[in-house]
Parts: sequence; structure tokens; C-alpha cells
Amino acid sequence: MASAEKEIKTREITISMGPQHPATHGVLRVILDLDGETVVKCTPYVGYLHRGTEKLAENRTYLSALPLTDRLDYISSMSNNIGYCVALERFFGIEVPERAKYIRTIMAEMTRISSHIIGISTHALDIGAMTLFLYSFRDRERLLDLFEMVCGARLTASYPRIGGVRNDVNQEFLDKLYEFTEEYPEIIEDQYERLLDQNRIWLQRTKGIGVISAEDAINWGLTGPTLRGSGVPYDIRKYAPYDAYPYVEFDVPVGKNGDVYDRYKCRMEELKQSNRIIKQCIEKMPKGPVMASDAPKFTLPPKDRVLTDMESLIRQFILITKGPINAPEGEIYAATEVPKGELGFYFVSDGTGRPYRMRLRAPSFVHVSVLPKLCEGALIADVIANIGTIDIVLGECDR
Amino acid sequence: MEPREIAELIKDRYPSEVKDIKEFRGQVSVIVNKDKIKEIMRYLHDAPELYFDYLEDLCGVDYIGRKEVRFEVVYHLYSMKHRHMIRIKAEVPEDDCAIDSVVDIWAGANWHERECYDMYGIKFNGHPDLRRILMPDDWEGYPLRKDYPLKSDLGEMEWKEYKEVLDAAEKNRQYEVDEWHRQKRK
Repeated sequence: MASAEKEIKTREITISMGPQHPATHGVLRVILDLDGETVVKCTPYVGYLHRGTEKLAENRTYLSALPLTDRLDYISSMSNNIGYCVALERFFGIEVPERAKYIRTIMAEMTRISSHIIGISTHALDIGAMTLFLYSFRDRERLLDLFEMVCGARLTASYPRIGGVRNDVNQEFLDKLYEFTEEYPEIIEDQYERLLDQNRIWLQRTKGIGVISAEDAINWGLTGPTLRGSGVPYDIRKYAPYDAYPYVEFDVPVGKNGDVYDRYKCRMEELKQSNRIIKQCIEKMPKGPVMASDAPKFTLPPKDRVLTDMESLIRQFILITKGPINAPEGEIYAATEVPKGELGFYFVSDGTGRPYRMRLRAPSFVHVSVLPKLCEGALIADVIANIGTIDIVLGECDR
Repeated sequence: MEPREIAELIKDRYPSEVKDIKEFRGQVSVIVNKDKIKEIMRYLHDAPELYFDYLEDLCGVDYIGRKEVRFEVVYHLYSMKHRHMIRIKAEVPEDDCAIDSVVDIWAGANWHERECYDMYGIKFNGHPDLRRILMPDDWEGYPLRKDYPLKSDLGEMEWKEYKEVLDAAEKNRQYEVDEWHRQKRK
């Protein structure tokens, strides 16, 4: 036996995974140096989806740069919009009315559910558990229909505005959403968790894989469920609350071991917490305006007034061509908790109607950079599990 | 700790390095020289009362024609333990377009610095793998610099009707409100 082994010639081989690969969740390319089935070196390549969002935003008014944020993390567009608006509201010093805050919180949490559904189910699909994908997409469809009811768009919403939201929600929407929140916890327990939590194959593929310690995770700049899986309770909704998060009760689930399974568990728990937040928001929803009173500097006037009222016409014209006038000079960094992690906007303004510099701190970008650390020394099959667990969207990574 | 106190603390320790402290909407920026950036960052990371263990963001900004020093590298630091944040800005002149890398301190800085190099051409000394990241390897120029055009000049390949529109717009510029005011002021 020993003599036969000597005759086998072995060498390291290099394979290119992606950019067209079903398990890379978009156009991520990973170059893997393999020694047998073990990954020796892993080098991710990104940038295939680079559209120059930051450069484009510098040449647009504050209002018209808003739809660009839809195209970052295209499965949670509403959260990106809210992040953009929260940053600019802090910058301009606008106080958002209560009702708008609640509506936004509902939208952000609906987005979180629909994004985590994709995150978990495609992750499971890659590893071989297909059923969850089919069940969860049925529920995601219900949420997308609700989005359509509110703003007419299912994916790229552009519904929040600087200073509030575009239009009020109606009672029918709230009733339907409430019905959803009543049914959803049972669906999670009955159909999602039961499929995976005790599933022996799932446990073997995820437990003890892609372990990262709490110190390392912070040092690498991980955020969101990817960080919380390592046991760090860092959640911007709690640490630096915005919108209606201070008024609602929710827990921040954390993991213990920092492996793929714990991160999956965190996302699953967050589904329940998001559901809880939505329910509380609907119950507590106050009446009132949905747009800040000092927002006219940033908001387009209603269309019927533009056609009949001279002042509204001028306002619309100035806003479209020049952007908001009397913008202060300064800079601000504001972060919000999007489904993937921390989405930060850094604005530098020179006092004109366009941002002088808009910097996007995208969670996916940071999460891809940690991939070599997770994969090196692991098996090639674990690379798939690791890509799934950091929950990336390449639109956001490449910007 | 309040951001203002942190800024004062840095100033007390490195009086010759800190050039300015600015505050806007409760966020404090400390503008420093780039030479000792790594030492300052090491201090911010290690000092127990500051303990900035998390680098939120690192990016460049181009201030061509607006400030004496063209580039700034902006660091946003956060402490998970003390829950405070500070913004450090290091000035990088165009003729000596390089700054020390902080990858040793925060591993997460790796890709941020690569992106900054890709977009602004600022070199990071001591970076383990300084390559372009979002743009192709053979790309010329640095896209986020302010003197980099938004749209390429197609020359003769430009769509003819679009060119006519552009020319007309150029001709009509004299009637623009801003232009009219400027002329009048003269």
C-alpha cells in the first residue's frame, strides 16, 4: 500500500469559481488554490457589477440620487432608501413626524424579513436543502405584494423621502400586514425551523464550519447577523436608534460559537423579532402627517398644485434643476442597520444642491473580504457554505 | 466619552500632529498630519479609555482647488465597548500621494484601502496586497478624482442628434439665471 502511494503524483491545482456560478449569489469570482480537497488559498475578485454609484451621486441632486440606492442591495431596497434619508435628515437637521417613523420602521422590518428569507433559503439551497426555498418564497411573495400596494413597486421601491415617506399607507394595507404577522411566527416554527434545525445533514454541513471569534469579527469589521453569530450584540437599532426603534420592544439574538450554524440561527431569530416589531408598530401607529413640515425644501409639491399654483411650480423647477438650496456646509456619517449589516453613508457637502462626496460603506463589501479567512484550510464544499453564511449581494459590494 | 473630549485627548498627546478640530451636528473630525497616522491609530486602538476596536469606514475625498492639500483619507472609528465614535482625517498632498496602511491594526481596513487606492490613487505603505479592486487591473486613471470625467469623450462616434442638443444648450447658457446674475454683477 505504501509503495503505491509513492507513485501517485500530487500537485496543487488552481480553479476559478464564478463569476457565473449558482452558489456565488451574483457575480463573485473566487480563485481557489487546492491541495486535494483542502483550500490552501482563496482570493475573491469583485467589481463585475461596478456602476460608479458614488461618482453618479456626486453629479445628481440629493433628491435624484435616492433611486441609486435602490440598486445597491436590490433585495432590500427600502432599507437602503431609509439609510440614505436618515443620513440626510441628520445632515439637514430635519425632524421626521411620528407616523412616518413608524411606517419606515415597518418597511425596514418587512425588508429584513424578505432579505433574510433569501439569505437563509438560498444558503440552504446551495448546501442541498431545497424545500425551504419553495416554502419561504411563498411568504416573500406576500410581502412583495404588500410593497406593491404601498408604493407600486415590488423591488426598487424609492418610497421613503428625505423628511418622511412619499405617501401615507391605507388601512387595507395595515390589516393585511397584521394578518401576516399573526400567521408568520407559526410558519417559521412549523415550516422553516423544523426543516433545518434538527436536520442531520444540515447540522453536519454547518456546525463548526467557518468559525470566527468575536475579537476577529470586530477586527475585520463584520456587522449584522454575521457579527452577532460570534456573540457580539452590536446592533445599530439598539446602539444608535433611529426612526421608531426606541419605541418598540425587541431582542437582539446572538450566537455563541461564531460558526455557520449560529449565524443561520441568528437570522432565523431575527425573522421572529422583525415580525414582533411590525406588529407593535401597527398597534402603536399614531395619526398625523407623513412628511416633515420643514421638508418642502426637499420634497416635490403635489402634482395638482404644480399645475395650478405658481409658487409650487417654481419650487418644483428649482428642486429638479438645482436641488435643495441653502444646504449647510459640513460632513456627516450616519449608519443604519440593514439586513446585511451596517450601511453607512458619509456625506460631504459644499453648500450646493448636490453632495460633494457620497461615500457608501456597504456591509457586503466588508463581508466578502473576510472570505479568505473563513475558507483557508477548509474543504472546498465548505466554501459554498461560507459564501452563503456571509449573506452577500454583489450589487451592494461593487456599488 | 464625548467626541469633543476624545479630540482634546488626541490633541494633548500629539500637539504637533493635530492641525484642526471641527464639529458639525455633534460629530467631531480631527484633522491630522499623515506622517504619524499609524502611531495615532495604534494609540486610539490600544488605549483602554478609548479602545476603538472597530473601523467603521475608511475612504478618500478629493478637494481639488478647494483646500491647500488635495486629498484626505477619512477614518471613522467606533468603540463597541464604550460606544463612542470619532472621525480622523489625514491630509495627503498630491505630489506625495501615499500614507501608512493600518491593516496591522484593523484587518478590515484591507479592502477599504484597496478601494481608496483604486478610486483616488492614494498609495498605502505597508499594505499586503495593494491592487485595484473594483476597476479592471489595466484601467488607467482614478475614477473618483474630481478631474476624472463623468462620461467618456466619444469624439466622432458621438450620436449626432445628441451633439446638436449639447451645442444648443451651450449656446443658450447665456440666458441661464445664474449666468445672468453673474453678468449683471460685473
